[in-house]
Amino acid sequence: MNNPHNFDVVAEEKQLRELVSDILQQAKTLGATQAEVGAASDNGFSINVRLGEVDTVEFQRDKSIGITVYFGQRKGTASSSDISREAIKQTVEAACDIAKYTSEDPCNGLAEKELMAFDYPDIDAYHPWSLDPITAIELARQCEAIGMTFDKRIKNSEGSSVSTNQGIQLYGNSHGFIGKVASTRHNFSCVLVAEDASGMQRDYEFTTARDPMDLWSIEEVGKKAAKRTVSRLQARSISTRNTPVIFAAEIAKSIFGSLVAAVSGGNLYRETSFLLNSLDTQVVPAWMNIMEKPHIQKALGSAAFDSEGVRTKEQSLVEKGVLQHYVLGSYSARKLGMKTTGNAGGVNNLIVENSNTTFQGLLKQMGTGLLVTEVIGHGVNITTGDYSRGAVGFWVENGEILFPVEEITIAGNLKDMLLGIQAVSNDVDVRSNIQTGSVLINNMMLAGQ
Amino acid sequence: MKNIDIAKNILLNPADLSEMQIQKILTQMLGYQVDMADLYFQAIQHESWQLEDSIIKDGSYSISRGVGVRAVSGEKSGFAYCDDIFLPSLEQAAGAAKSIAKQGNQKRIAFAGFNPMVTPALYLPNNPLNSISRAEKLSLLTLVDDVARKSDSRIKQVNASLSGVYEVILIVNTDGTFAADVRPLIRMNVEVLAEMNGRRERGYAGGGGRFDYQYFQTNSQAEQYAKEAVREALVNLEAIEAPAGTMPVVLGPGWPGVLLHEAIGHGLEGDFNRKGSSAFSGRIGERVASPECTVVDDGTLPGRRGSLTIDDEGTKTQCTVLIENGILKNYMQDKLNAKLMRMQPTGNARRESYANLPMPRMTNTYMLNGNHDPADIIRSVKKGLYAVNFGGGQVDITSGKFVFSASEAYLIENGKITAPVKGATLIGNGPDVLTKVSMIGNDLKLDSGVGVCGKEGQSVPVGVGQPTLKIDSLTVGGTNHE
Repeated sequence: MNNPHNFDVVAEEKQLRELVSDILQQAKTLGATQAEVGAASDNGFSINVRLGEVDTVEFQRDKSIGITVYFGQRKGTASSSDISREAIKQTVEAACDIAKYTSEDPCNGLAEKELMAFDYPDIDAYHPWSLDPITAIELARQCEAIGMTFDKRIKNSEGSSVSTNQGIQLYGNSHGFIGKVASTRHNFSCVLVAEDASGMQRDYEFTTARDPMDLWSIEEVGKKAAKRTVSRLQARSISTRNTPVIFAAEIAKSIFGSLVAAVSGGNLYRETSFLLNSLDTQVVPAWMNIMEKPHIQKALGSAAFDSEGVRTKEQSLVEKGVLQHYVLGSYSARKLGMKTTGNAGGVNNLIVENSNTTFQGLLKQMGTGLLVTEVIGHGVNITTGDYSRGAVGFWVENGEILFPVEEITIAGNLKDMLLGIQAVSNDVDVRSNIQTGSVLINNMMLAGQ
Repeated sequence: MKNIDIAKNILLNPADLSEMQIQKILTQMLGYQVDMADLYFQAIQHESWQLEDSIIKDGSYSISRGVGVRAVSGEKSGFAYCDDIFLPSLEQAAGAAKSIAKQGNQKRIAFAGFNPMVTPALYLPNNPLNSISRAEKLSLLTLVDDVARKSDSRIKQVNASLSGVYEVILIVNTDGTFAADVRPLIRMNVEVLAEMNGRRERGYAGGGGRFDYQYFQTNSQAEQYAKEAVREALVNLEAIEAPAGTMPVVLGPGWPGVLLHEAIGHGLEGDFNRKGSSAFSGRIGERVASPECTVVDDGTLPGRRGSLTIDDEGTKTQCTVLIENGILKNYMQDKLNAKLMRMQPTGNARRESYANLPMPRMTNTYMLNGNHDPADIIRSVKKGLYAVNFGGGQVDITSGKFVFSASEAYLIENGKITAPVKGATLIGNGPDVLTKVSMIGNDLKLDSGVGVCGKEGQSVPVGVGQPTLKIDSLTVGGTNHE
């Protein structure tokens, strides 16, 4: 069993480079005053083993291009998964054709040439894994078996997966900038089902990294998946009350994700943010610092340049609780009369400084309250900050976990939640672009029975 | 032109692929211990236009084409795809997909050739992108902007978008399937921002289906979306804190049917039940709802967003009764899970694209009418919540817990609808929430055509619907607890 698609990263880069410069040339010939192109090629496979048997083997290979052209201040975009000469020609023509119908927008255009990352750093994101599907199946089988035998209440499985991907992305524009990022990503995961007289519960664990050497062991993934799943058995709802809440590290990032959304250019110029005019104001407690570190070697959120080719840099988003800058690309920056912060496409490795306390210490600090390990649903309104989501977790008294809870909601307003952060523990989850430990919030409304 | 001819023209002819060559690939795949193999050819054209700040800010166009190749051996699926339709790539993908099975002669199934099937189409095979001119498309957006801004001075922002998809598929399977579908899909979205005394709230509206853009030009459809989005934003400007706790909840007709999609729909998909990981596993024949409740999944409604003439394995879609008078009747199946569970496929095999494996998914899921006047249902509630519009939802199919988030809701006090309340998430338990349905209205409505369902990273368009109904107790995730 072999991956049918060889991936020669050097050859792929050469092909994509030629494609990018061809497209930029074609756009120019058709009269575009500015143009930009993203081109990507990815390759990999994923396998899923369930109850010891192969469930799925999926081979993946994608190529795609995306083109944006500007005719003065009018813009057109087009994309294609077909990179044949004919399809490329059609795609460039389609983008140019669209630009005849869109309106003049004085904020349109590439980011300024002097901001281009002509000398971008290496972020060490490319660590291919010579894993073959047969070995991957064996790893998944072991991972699942470790999980299944960990506790006799584990009765079923949705399977254990192993995947590996590698790819190369190029971005080029008519300023003469062309940047490439070769990257890899590898994952193990395990999804188990536990059952007792109270019913069934499912949970999972996963590890993901650029470098296979940085993955957790399959033993760790299998055991953690089993522990998480079993710990949810006999979960129940509790009565409605105000309570402090700890967001476990793996979901606490969503709170800071909402903070980023609220201070991002798109929501600011549209006035769909609960943090309008928040620059230089306190958005979280004064003891908190949040940094963006885009060049950490091998980190999942690293970027040598942003999605407009603009140089990325280490910068402080929040210092002593005060918002230092908005999160802007060149379009939203112009709309707001500001300068891009190198964040077209979002933040790159946002690091939430922790308060040097352990997770156990955080539980003690809360005393009595709710530990949330999963949130479900989409009840986050960035315009108003209103927050209301389904939650799964544990009830905690005197710093000790008492029993699992489910079928409850937690609600509040993000503005108050952010200012109500009491502490961040040091159990940082690095499997994400936003790296934070668990977060204690002073008060939310829990609705239940 | 027939669907099959359109599909051959677009998918096979440019690559000089003959039926014979395709048949040869399938036959070779059966040389392994493969029970079933299929090829899914697909070509998609997509366009979208966006209005913001009263100007046409962006337009985009995309094309994608490719073939997905699957081999099934027992419970195993091997899958590969290529993003060009070209014989050598196809052979390579077929080689990879069949490698899940062992080579051998035992159990060899002969390939008997194709058995082309023609199914009456539920929508016209026209490309919606060509149905009206560019100028007309853009004027629909400027019309929406104009109507929304003129209808109330508190409207500060209007974002509107128009999108269209033209999808052509051809499915061939070693079971003899040789079927094609030509699927148009259009959608319009309107989002407005209203502001009053420094408070800002949004309102949304939109719709669409499997037809062409003229739909938005007739019966003032586009204007209606604009007015509806404005109405919702203005209601929310007045909204007070939502209640927190467990109480009677009345759901309005139409889109609140997302309840059914989350609470029971996902849990009745064949894959989870074959694996025994659904809260509904092994419960066919049991009572899972009050006797008034009958719920169906119906892929055969002409022109609906969730409808399909054939599913993504070439099976004709149908109306499947999921719950009849409160009793669980059927799961939704694709070919693989139906076979493993010794059931029949129900036309629910769906995939996001050629690059994804198919799995059982919903089409249009709705509850049939009851016999109550909706006004009587409201009158029967002393203190509760009336929710008429929702954002999205989510479910944990194993524990059965589901949520869905109201975006427009009101308090019911002494049988009367009173103050609007802020959006709140409602949470319940799928296998028992419908047992608490005590009154069902006679006002069945389907949604306007905006649903997107996500499962294992794959998105597909779906529909939902229901009459007004009352759930005697459901947990409401507001902030106000008395």
